[in-house]
Amino acid sequence: MSEITTSTDILTEEVTHEHSHVHRDDFGAKIGMWLFLFTELLLFGGLFILYMAYRVQYSEAFHFAAKELNIGLGTLNTIVLLTSSLTMALSIAALQRHKKQLSLFLLGSTIFMALLFMVNKYFEWSAKFSHGIFPGSADLMDRDKGEIVFFGMYYAMTGLHGLHVIIGVILLSFMYVFVKRGSVNPDNYIKLENSGLYWHLVDLIWIFLFPLFYLLH
Amino acid sequence: MSNVNEHKSHVGYGRYVLIWLILLSLTIATVAVAGIDLGKLTLSVALLIAAIKSALVINIFMHIKFDDKIFKVFLLVALMTMLVVFVLTSTDIFFR
Repeated sequence: MSEITTSTDILTEEVTHEHSHVHRDDFGAKIGMWLFLFTELLLFGGLFILYMAYRVQYSEAFHFAAKELNIGLGTLNTIVLLTSSLTMALSIAALQRHKKQLSLFLLGSTIFMALLFMVNKYFEWSAKFSHGIFPGSADLMDRDKGEIVFFGMYYAMTGLHGLHVIIGVILLSFMYVFVKRGSVNPDNYIKLENSGLYWHLVDLIWIFLFPLFYLLH
Repeated sequence: MSNVNEHKSHVGYGRYVLIWLILLSLTIATVAVAGIDLGKLTLSVALLIAAIKSALVINIFMHIKFDDKIFKVFLLVALMTMLVVFVLTSTDIFFR
């Protein structure tokens, strides 16, 4: 009987202990996130090297093919992503100041702009598809080798980036629920912060993709 | 130690908005510059603007400027590694 009481006591003690000193390693979590971002950097870095090599080899074809990309849509998407990066940073700042509703609104805006980016991308790619420009299409295969390579790189790199945007939407939607439920709160928001880091990386990659593909003429 | 964020001074809304405005201006600048024929300089100018924009995003939005020194060291090592790979590959591409 006494044994049971003791173990319950210890259990109760442990629970209270856990509550007073929750073991968390935000610093470690952040380092882990940055390490992941570096692997992302290498992933895209490799593609950028490939782009550089092909651009040197097929410089004229690249300039010619790039004229077919829609600068207006590209610029719009750049502005959309930059603004979503702003609302992401502001959302964290709002949560730090205990403004939950404002934080949720800003996080929602970030998700909305990420979706807007994908909608623009959809229209952009649809237009290309209707002109017969997509990987392996008969129209494209008739073209100069350099142009085939250009559009190959274009679809591979903006496609991989688009995939990251979609993953970002899913990730940030989870964060929205976490903030709403309060498991991500002003005292514990490392998840939101790390998601923000990921989102800024997606923005960073686009900062380079945009001039390298759209502004080539 | 359990919560590193408590030791950091929080960045104000105004600063973020200011950085965003600079980023938008640089985007407009890079589109405008692309319309002018600068010959071989075009790519350099575009990459320079992209580099400035990246520095702003990394320093302010990603808090590298306000974070622990170890993050700066990490980032520097990663970027230097990338640079070395780029330079070595370039020598192969340009002097083959």
